[in-house]
Amino acid sequence: MKIHPFLIEMVQIAVLLFAAPLFAGWVKMVKCWSQGRTAPSLFQPVRDIRKLLSKDVVLAENASWIFRFTPYLVFGVTVLAGGIIPIISTDLPLAATADVIALVALFAIARFFTALAGMDIGTAFGGMGSSREMTIASLAEPAMLMAIFAVSLASKSTSLSQMVLVVSQGYSILQPSLAFALLAFILIALAETGRVPVDNPATHLELTMIHEAMVLEYSGRHLALIEWAKMMKLFLFVVLGISAFFPWGIAVNDDLAGILAAPAYLVMKLGLAAVGLVLIETGLAKMRIFRVTEFLGSAFLFATLGMLSFFILE
Amino acid sequence: MNFSPGSILSASFLLLLFLVLSAPFLRAKQRLLIAIGFSITAVASLLAAFAGFWTLAGGVTYQLVLPLGLPDLPFHIRLDSLAGFFLVVIGLLAFFVSIYSIGYVKGFLGQRPVTSLVVFYALFIAGMLLVVLSDDAFLFLVSWEIMAASTYFLVLFEDERPENRRAAFLYLVVAHVGAIAILLSFGIMAGLATGFSGFEGYTFDAMRKTVLPSGWAAAAFLLAFFGFSAKAGVIPLHAWLPEAHPVAPSNVSALMSGVMLKTAIYGIVRVVFDIIGSFPWWWGSLVLVFGLLSAVIGILFAVMQQDLKKLLAYSSVKNIGIILISIGLAMIFSSYQLKPLAALALLAGLYHALNHAMYKGLLFMGAGAVIHATHERNMENLGGLIRFLPWTSVLFLIGCISISSLPPFNGFVSEWLTFQAFLLSPSLNTPILKLLIPLGAALLALSSALAAAAFVKAFGITFLGHRRGPDQGRVHEVNWPMRIGMTMAAISCLMLGVLPTYVIKWMDPIAEKLTGATIAHSASGFGWMWLTPIAHERASYSAPVAFAGILVVVIVTYVLLHTRPGAIRRAPLWDCGFEKITDRMQYTAASFSMPLRRIFGFLFAVHEEVKQAPPGRHPAFPESFTYQLRVRDRFWGWLYKPVIDASFWVSRMVGRLQQGRIQVYLIYSFVTIIVLLLFV
Amino acid sequence: MSTQLAAQINSLLAAFILLTAFAMLAQRKKLAILHLFAWQGLFLSVSTAIVGFVAKSHHLYISSLLTLTLKVVVLPYILHVLIRKLKIRKEIEAVVNVPTTMLIGIALVIFSYHLTAPIRELSTLVTRSTLAVALATVMLGLLMMITRRHAVTQIIGFLAMENGLFFAATSATYGMPLVVELGVALDILIAAFIFGIFFFHINTTFDSLDVDQMARLKEED
Repeated sequence: MKIHPFLIEMVQIAVLLFAAPLFAGWVKMVKCWSQGRTAPSLFQPVRDIRKLLSKDVVLAENASWIFRFTPYLVFGVTVLAGGIIPIISTDLPLAATADVIALVALFAIARFFTALAGMDIGTAFGGMGSSREMTIASLAEPAMLMAIFAVSLASKSTSLSQMVLVVSQGYSILQPSLAFALLAFILIALAETGRVPVDNPATHLELTMIHEAMVLEYSGRHLALIEWAKMMKLFLFVVLGISAFFPWGIAVNDDLAGILAAPAYLVMKLGLAAVGLVLIETGLAKMRIFRVTEFLGSAFLFATLGMLSFFILE
Repeated sequence: MNFSPGSILSASFLLLLFLVLSAPFLRAKQRLLIAIGFSITAVASLLAAFAGFWTLAGGVTYQLVLPLGLPDLPFHIRLDSLAGFFLVVIGLLAFFVSIYSIGYVKGFLGQRPVTSLVVFYALFIAGMLLVVLSDDAFLFLVSWEIMAASTYFLVLFEDERPENRRAAFLYLVVAHVGAIAILLSFGIMAGLATGFSGFEGYTFDAMRKTVLPSGWAAAAFLLAFFGFSAKAGVIPLHAWLPEAHPVAPSNVSALMSGVMLKTAIYGIVRVVFDIIGSFPWWWGSLVLVFGLLSAVIGILFAVMQQDLKKLLAYSSVKNIGIILISIGLAMIFSSYQLKPLAALALLAGLYHALNHAMYKGLLFMGAGAVIHATHERNMENLGGLIRFLPWTSVLFLIGCISISSLPPFNGFVSEWLTFQAFLLSPSLNTPILKLLIPLGAALLALSSALAAAAFVKAFGITFLGHRRGPDQGRVHEVNWPMRIGMTMAAISCLMLGVLPTYVIKWMDPIAEKLTGATIAHSASGFGWMWLTPIAHERASYSAPVAFAGILVVVIVTYVLLHTRPGAIRRAPLWDCGFEKITDRMQYTAASFSMPLRRIFGFLFAVHEEVKQAPPGRHPAFPESFTYQLRVRDRFWGWLYKPVIDASFWVSRMVGRLQQGRIQVYLIYSFVTIIVLLLFV
Repeated sequence: MSTQLAAQINSLLAAFILLTAFAMLAQRKKLAILHLFAWQGLFLSVSTAIVGFVAKSHHLYISSLLTLTLKVVVLPYILHVLIRKLKIRKEIEAVVNVPTTMLIGIALVIFSYHLTAPIRELSTLVTRSTLAVALATVMLGLLMMITRRHAVTQIIGFLAMENGLFFAATSATYGMPLVVELGVALDILIAAFIFGIFFFHINTTFDSLDVDQMARLKEED
């Protein structure tokens, strides 16, 4: 039985919207367990979002339209990105909207506006967050592009569906170029989603925060949208890694069995990915901001070695 | 007279000529002169753009020999697809800027006479149009000089400020060093075309027919590349650009940065692809390397700037770099006979030239509006303008998004195409190039991410937060002609970004003529909404879907969240509970770029100085601090200073000849005559 | 296990050897460098065994075993003891500008790829593509010796160079004759002992193992 691609697209966006908070909750749970703390419920992030959505907005006196527009834009961009990345199936009507490079640029729009919103209210924290975020982004970008390059060499494509299709056939993870690209991707994803060695998602301590500093003044539904988008971004980066490097189990044609099996595989892989993320986050300490240069420099090195080893070894 | 691109162009030139001749008569009525003068240039530019569009769409070449020029050396005119494209670039932006100028130049009324501004502005546009139309070395250089001289006077317009005089002089020197190199390059090609005795070789047609020996061809290329790079502000020949562009009136800066630099790009493409035609791969690598250097260093300089217009000027260096990167790739692909790839890279570069004209024009017009409203260029004294300049802020923001190459605006499309060209480099069969070119792609990614940082800074510091400097009373939104000019530029930024398949299809004849391959068929093979430069399995991007998708989600979310009447309460800033927050605690332009300054500071001569007052006090209890920051260009010390010192030394030596005694001068003449008699 | 798969695994191991070479270049901590060196030896020994399997030359198994004992166990142990005995207090070593070193490293990889291109054309072995990696490992080891100031890390750099040479021999010609390899192994072992003795002398003379101190040996003028 075939399912229409548009339906799959709808299902996928629904999965994104609801699975992202659950994934965030799962990461928190695993983290608590690993540190010997009592974990909050898996549904805690969902409850947080619901609570924030029902609250009134308190807006800074001098906030302009940019500050109010940003949450909607960030949310919109992230949802669109979720329609492009193959989560459960590679046959998506929106997949042709953007290849990986355009996808990176979509996330860049969200970042651009978040940084502007941070500067809009004119506090020192907001400006600090924006400045650091843009600095880290500009260091992550070359590494990201190199990683894309290394992966696209194997699949001869930058279109995500095509990359997933090619990788899902054969022992591609044994290819050195992909192994290096995966290493690079993990480092970049940690930086892009603001996880521990680069930024601390749990802290509100002024001197260490980057992303939190920009969105400090948000409240009510605006904050809900921002937080939700942040969870979706983490989810999407993890899924992007899974799809690009471990795509086995993803549905490649529109039949029902594949579509039904794909989420089961995905849940399993996400569960493992969360454990990996927690291991990294508990094993490493947050870096000084100027050490991030070396962190992302090594990501660039890995990606470049990936590219080189494709030509040298394959 | 029948109706053709040629006749439309003639009308355009006649209008400009009429304006130049009649402007002095309207000297007494300045207000009227501004209105009439800039309306005429607007109409003339629109006509030129239309002629160019028609030529390119029609795919016809027009050639004409004018009965002007020196005896036996008539001017040759040629309107082909490449010239047509650049006519559109120049004409379109000049049209927007002319409308903007109607409002902008009014700001000078009562301060200084604007007659010279109008005259040189018209000459400047005419010069640029002529450069792309000329079909012989003679007319090319004449129009090149018209362009250079008129911009010299435009930069010098506010000549009471010493920095303007310095900038104009530096500009003139570099422009002429460049012009000499171009002249020599044409000299080599013309000389080899017909021998050094005759003059017939000066037409581009004669040069095209000649196959140059490889050594001479390389010499001609290197000279031309040097000369055009000096005009385009390619690093390390960029020193004049950030000096001259900011001090000119903003409408002139918009044209200088937006389109005058493109005439140099036109020159490179014309000489390399059209006149010389076949070349080895290292020419392309040279262009690629200088492009990458300009892209990265240019944008790093831009991030460091505190002056809004200087930031924009440095970012022009970066964009010229990106255009050169594409052209360099096109040259490499072309030399290996990979024609479709060359076509892709070339179109990416030319597309970027068009895009850059639009958004850089828009941004300079926006900067002009900010200066018009606040009389302030230094970002450290700006801030919070979004509340007073709602129009300008939105339009400037569109420019910032476009130049940071974010979808769905136009900057992204051309940069995306450049990335695609990079990703195709593995098709080259030279191992070392295969390995090195991807590193260039990483540098391009670095420069575009830094551009986003630079323009978050430009917009955030100028328009957001609170006013940083002393508040000088109420700031008013700018007048309508300025808003209209900027709005049209902003709309074209969006249109060029959302409808790339049509643009590519329209530009395709250029690629066909210069590289022998077309990409329009494959680029829109999947429908007009999807841009697929090679094949849709390879890469695709759909700006309309992305634009509509974001819009739909934003609207749906907004509507869903506003079903319940939720009150928005305005409250003082929270800021982690900090109470005594003042405007001086905001991030400034210098502090925004501090992390990048520390990371990339080794490329610049950064000089920081913190002074505390009073000096004798314990460092923990100062009364006030002053912080001084200077970011200097290392190239100035490496490249320019030795040349300047050498020329001063030479002039001192020459100065010794001046004895002031008549007999000594007579001896000089006498010796000269004897030497001449001996050798000639 | 097919030859194809073996070649692929060998490529992956080559990539890991390259990675450890870069990691040693970037690492600041001495003990971590030592561990990385042991890992490199492990990858090398597995790679040798795989080449032995592909080429069906059984003496390579012996070389592999030799590499395992010598480079993964004995030498790291000796160096470890040295570091402990000499009470090298400063665990963290000043490294000259890591990003620049990395960029030079990348350039060296590209250069060695360029150098080995003609050999790759001529050779018919399945392992020929790893030759560039082997050469790059040698160069990276040398680069490490240049950028480090401490005698122990310099020795590790030297040993990493030897790893590269060994790898080059297996990948280019399916290994040297067993006699030669035994000789080289013995040499290295002896070299390690001699280094150890020298270290003690350097340490007692200068009270430090920082090789910059050697500049004091120069005659003052």
